[in-house]
Amino acid sequence: MTAAESIPLSLRVNGQDHRALVEPRKLLSDVLREDCGLTGTHVGCEHGVCGACTVLVDGRPTRSCLVYAVQMPGHEITTIEGIAADGRMSAVQQALHEAHGLQCGFCTPGIVITMEAWLGEHPEPTEAEIRDALSGNLCRCTGYQNIVKAIVAAARRRREEAGR
Amino acid sequence: MKPAAFSYEAPATLAAALAALAARGDEAKIIAGGQSLAPMMNMRLARPAHLIDIGGLAELSDVRLEPDHLVVGALVRHADLARHPLVRANAPMLAYAAGTIGHYAIRQRGTLGGSLAHADPAAQLPLCAVALDAAVEIASARGRRMLRAADFFVSIFTTGLEPDELLVAVRVPLPLPREGWGFRLFTRRAGDFALVSIAAMLVRGADGTLGRLRLAAGGIGATPVRLDAAVPSGIVDGRDPDWSARIAEIVAAAAPIEETEQVPTAFRRELLAALARDALEDAAGRAS
Repeated sequence: MTAAESIPLSLRVNGQDHRALVEPRKLLSDVLREDCGLTGTHVGCEHGVCGACTVLVDGRPTRSCLVYAVQMPGHEITTIEGIAADGRMSAVQQALHEAHGLQCGFCTPGIVITMEAWLGEHPEPTEAEIRDALSGNLCRCTGYQNIVKAIVAAARRRREEAGR
Repeated sequence: MKPAAFSYEAPATLAAALAALAARGDEAKIIAGGQSLAPMMNMRLARPAHLIDIGGLAELSDVRLEPDHLVVGALVRHADLARHPLVRANAPMLAYAAGTIGHYAIRQRGTLGGSLAHADPAAQLPLCAVALDAAVEIASARGRRMLRAADFFVSIFTTGLEPDELLVAVRVPLPLPREGWGFRLFTRRAGDFALVSIAAMLVRGADGTLGRLRLAAGGIGATPVRLDAAVPSGIVDGRDPDWSARIAEIVAAAAPIEETEQVPTAFRRELLAALARDALEDAAGRAS
C-alpha cells in the first residue's frame, strides 16, 4: 500500500451508513464535515485541547480531530446532528438555550455532546465538578457563568425525567 | 494541522500486530488511543510512515488479579482504569491518578500502555509506575520479556522498547498491609501537564512509626525520579509532628530538577516540597 492510497470506508453516523473514499491521514472531523456533510461538528484547535470537535464514538465523548476515519468502521458515531434528531432538544440543549449559555455557538456542539455523556455518569454533580468537566471545552464568549448555570439546570431536568 | 501521509493497518490479532511491527520496524508506529500520538502527528512533530492500530485487540484490555500482582492490559483506557473495581481496590493510586489526566474526553480514549510507551516525563501514569515499582510486559515476534518501570523509562519520550516490541500489560505489586498512597500534582490550567507531580507509597506501623517509603516525582527531569534515597532512615518516625515537612524539605533540596526556560527551578523546588508534604500526609492518613 502506498502512503497516499485512499481507502473505501463505510461509517455508521447517527444511525445511518455513509460511504467515503479517504486517505488514512484524513481526520474523522474532516470526513464528517466534508464527506458526510455533517458540519455541526466544529473544528477549532486540531490538537485535542478546545473540545469543539467532540463526537460520541460508541457512546464515549471523543475528539474527532484525534482519530482517523479509517479507525472508525465497526464503531457507532454520534454527532450533534444525532442529538435532537426527533426535533426535541436534549436537556443540555434546552438548558443552554434558556440560560443563554452560548453566544457565537462555535463551542456549543462539543459542550452538548460532552455534557450529555458526562451527566449520564455524574447525575448529581456539584458546581465545582461541572466547572472541572467543562475545562475540556473552551468557550471564548461567555465567561462560562451561563454555561455552568445551564448544566446545573440540565442535571436537575435529567434527574426529574429519570424519576418520572 | 493535518498529519503527513501515512499508510494504515489494523491487525486482528496480537500475533499479526507483532508480525507487522517486526516487518516494519522503525518506520511504523503503534497507535492505541492516539491521545498523545495524534496531536504530535497533527503538528507534524511525528511523521510515521505507517500506523499499526492495536485498538481492536480485545486481549489487551484485561484486568486480572494474580497472587502478588494486579495485571492491567495495555489497552485499558484512563476512564476505565479510574473506575475499575479491581484497580480501585488493589492499586488505588493508579485509579486516582488516571482520573487526573487531561480532560474527560481525553480519558475516554487514552490508554495505560500508550501513556507509558509515550513516556512524557510529566505524565501521571509513568510516575505511578515508578512509585509503585511496577513492571511492564513486553511482547515481540521473538518472545516476551519484562522490564521494571525504573529501567523502562530511559529519557524524554524514550523507553527500553525495541522497534519490534509492544507493551502488552503492566504488573503492579499488591499493596502491603497498612500501606497508604498519596498523589499530588500542580498544573497551571486544568488538564495541562503538571509542573511537578508527586507519588508516595508509605507503610505505617501499628505504633505510628513509618516503614517502607517510596517517593517519586514527575515533571522535574527526563524521566520520573525516585527521591526516597535522600531520606535518612532515622527520620521516618511518625511521632514527630513535623515529619512530613522535614522529609519534604530534604527530598526537595536533593531533587535533581532540570533547568527549563518556562518554569523557574526555585519555583518547582518549592512546589515539590509542598506537594511532597501533602502526599506524605495523604499516604500516612490512608495507611491504616
